[in-house]
Amino acid sequence: MRVVIAEDLALLRDGLTRILEAHDMEVVAAVEDGEALATAVAEHAPDVVVADVRMPPTFTDEGLRAALAIRAERPGFPVLVLSQYVEQLYARELLSAGDGAVGYLLKDRVSDVAAFIDAVRRVADGGTALDPEVVATLLSRRSGTDQPLDRLTEREREVLALMAEGRSNAAIAAELVVTEKAVGKHISNIFAKLDLPPDDTAGHRRVLAVLAYLQT
Amino acid sequence: MNITAPAMPHPDESFVEGLRRRVELTGWSLAYVLLAVPALALLILTTVSLSVAIVGVGMVLLIVLIPVLTGLTNVHRALAGYLLGTEIERPYRRATGRTGFGLLREWAGDPARWRDFGWTYASVVAGWALAWIGLGLGLAVIWYLIFPFLWAITPEGTFEINYGIFKLDTQGEAFLEWFLLIIAGYLWWKLEPLIVRARARLDRALLAPSRDELERRVADVSRTRSETIDYSAAELRRIERDLHDGAQARIAALGMNLGLAEELIATDPQEAARLIAEARESTTSALGDLRSVVRGIHPPVLADRGLVGAVQALALDLALPVSVISDLSGRAAEPIESAVYFATTELLANVVKHADATQATVTMSHDGERLRVVVSDDGKGGASSANGTGLQGVARRLAAFDGTMVLSSPTSGPTTITLEVPCELSSPRTSPSSVTD
Repeated sequence: MRVVIAEDLALLRDGLTRILEAHDMEVVAAVEDGEALATAVAEHAPDVVVADVRMPPTFTDEGLRAALAIRAERPGFPVLVLSQYVEQLYARELLSAGDGAVGYLLKDRVSDVAAFIDAVRRVADGGTALDPEVVATLLSRRSGTDQPLDRLTEREREVLALMAEGRSNAAIAAELVVTEKAVGKHISNIFAKLDLPPDDTAGHRRVLAVLAYLQT
Repeated sequence: MNITAPAMPHPDESFVEGLRRRVELTGWSLAYVLLAVPALALLILTTVSLSVAIVGVGMVLLIVLIPVLTGLTNVHRALAGYLLGTEIERPYRRATGRTGFGLLREWAGDPARWRDFGWTYASVVAGWALAWIGLGLGLAVIWYLIFPFLWAITPEGTFEINYGIFKLDTQGEAFLEWFLLIIAGYLWWKLEPLIVRARARLDRALLAPSRDELERRVADVSRTRSETIDYSAAELRRIERDLHDGAQARIAALGMNLGLAEELIATDPQEAARLIAEARESTTSALGDLRSVVRGIHPPVLADRGLVGAVQALALDLALPVSVISDLSGRAAEPIESAVYFATTELLANVVKHADATQATVTMSHDGERLRVVVSDDGKGGASSANGTGLQGVARRLAAFDGTMVLSSPTSGPTTITLEVPCELSSPRTSPSSVTD
C-alpha cells in the first residue's frame, strides 16, 4: 500500500513513517505543508493520505483544507486526518461529502499501533475511521434527552459507538469479546430501536446512517 | 508627497509644497461651506424636535436625528483631526439602552450630546463665516488671475470697473488687475492656513471629549485594568494547578513505569511488556489533560476558524440544539475574539445548566463600531448577575475591552443576553462552508 504523509513536525513525521513501513506500507512521500501535499498526491497517486490538521504557513486548519480540496477534486479519495484535538465541526466537514474513505483521529491513537494500522487500511479500503472522542461527544450530547437512544442497553450503546467509529462486525466482536453473530443481533436491535432502515446495516452506509442519526 | 496636518505650520516646506497645501486647504474650505447645509438642517430639525419633545413625535424624531447628528459630528471630528494632525476621540458615554426611549434618556444625560447640539449653532454661524472667508480668499486669487483673460473673451464693457479716479476700460489696463492679484495672493498665502486652522479648532473645542469625560474614562480604565490583571493572575494559577495535577503527574508516572520496565525486561519480559503498555496508555491520558488545558487557554478551533467557527464548533458539542447566526464579514482582534468566545461559552453553559430551555440561539453581528453577540433561549428566565459569579465574570472579561453585557431575563422567561464590544473587523478570510444545527 502506497502512502503520502503530511506532517510538519519532523519527529512525528519520522515516527509515522517508521510505524507505517514496519507494517508493509510504502511511504512514497512525506511532506510538510498543504501545498506540498496536493503536489505529492498528484505526482505519486498514493492509495491513502495521512495528514496533520495544523501545518505551515498559517498553522491553523491547513491540513483539513488540503484534505477537503483533494477530495473535492477526486471524490472518495482516501484521506486520514490526524490532529492534536478533535472537533465535531471538522468531522462533519470531512464526512459531509458522504463518499467514505475518510478518517479523523486524535494523534494519540497512533500509539495504539495495531488499531492505527487497522484504521489506515480501513480508510484506504473506502471505510471510515472516526475518533472515539468524536463519537463519545455525539452520544453524550444526546443522552438523557433522546428517548430511542436511552432505550438501548449498555452493550448496544457500546456496539453503536464502535459502529459510528467505522469498525467492522468482526472488529466489534473482537473488541467486545463476543461472537460476530451476537454483534449482528445487537446491530439489528439498534437499528430497530432507532427506527433506521435495516438495508443500511452494512459497510460505509451504516456509518453514515448512524452518524446522521446522532448528528441531528 | 502626502501632506499631514495641512492646517498646521510647515516651516521647512518648499514653495511648491506650500502652494499645494494651500490649494488643498481652499478645497477643505469649500467642503466646510457645503457641510454647513446638513448642519443647518439638523440644527432646525433638532431644535424643533426638542421643543416638541414633550409630545411623542418630537421624541421619535430625536431618536432618528441624534444618530444622524453623531454621524455628521464624526465626519467633522475626523476632518478636524486630519487638518490639525491629531486624533479626536469620540466623547460619548456608552449607551446600553435597548429601547428608543431608554437610549433617549441616556443621551439626555450625556453632556457630549448637548455639546453636539450646541456645535450645530457654532458651525452654521462662526464656522460657516470662517469657511466662506477661507473659500473667498481662494476665489479672489482665481478671479484676479483670470480677469485679463475674461476681459479678452467677453464683449466690450462687461467687466469695466470704475475706481473713481481711474477707469479700467481697455485690455491693457485689465492686466493692471494683477496688482490686486499680488495683494489677494499674499493674503491667501498668509491667512488661508490660519482660517482653516481656526475652523478646525472650533470644531475640536466643541466635539472633543471634555476634561471631565477624560478623567472619568481614565478612572474606568484603571478599574477595569486592575480587575483584568486579577482575573489573568487567577487564570494563570488555575492553569498551573491543572498542569501540575494532570499532565505533569501522568508523565512522571510514565517515567517510573518505563524505568521499571527497563529493569525488568531481561528478568520478567511479560511484566515489562505490561508496564510498557500501561506507560503508553498514560501518554494518552496526559495528552487528554493537556488538550483540556489548551482549550481553557485558547481553543485551537478559535485560532483556526475565528469566533464564528469556534461558536459553531461549540454549539455542536452541546446537549442542546443551538442555532448560530452570523453576518460578520471579518474577524475581530484575537484578544477580543477570545474574550467574546469565552463569554459565549459561559452563557451557553448557563443555558444548558440552569435555563430548562429546549433550544438556544447565538446571533453575531457588527454595526461598524461594535461587535454584538446575542445569546437567547426559550427557558424559564430569572437569571441575574447577582446570583451567579459566572455572569459577573463575563461582564468583567468584557469590561477590559470596554465591552458591555445587558441581561434581560424575566421570571417566566425567555432570557436574552447581549454582549457588545467596540472593535473593528479585519478583512474577511475564506473558510470552507460549514454545517450547523
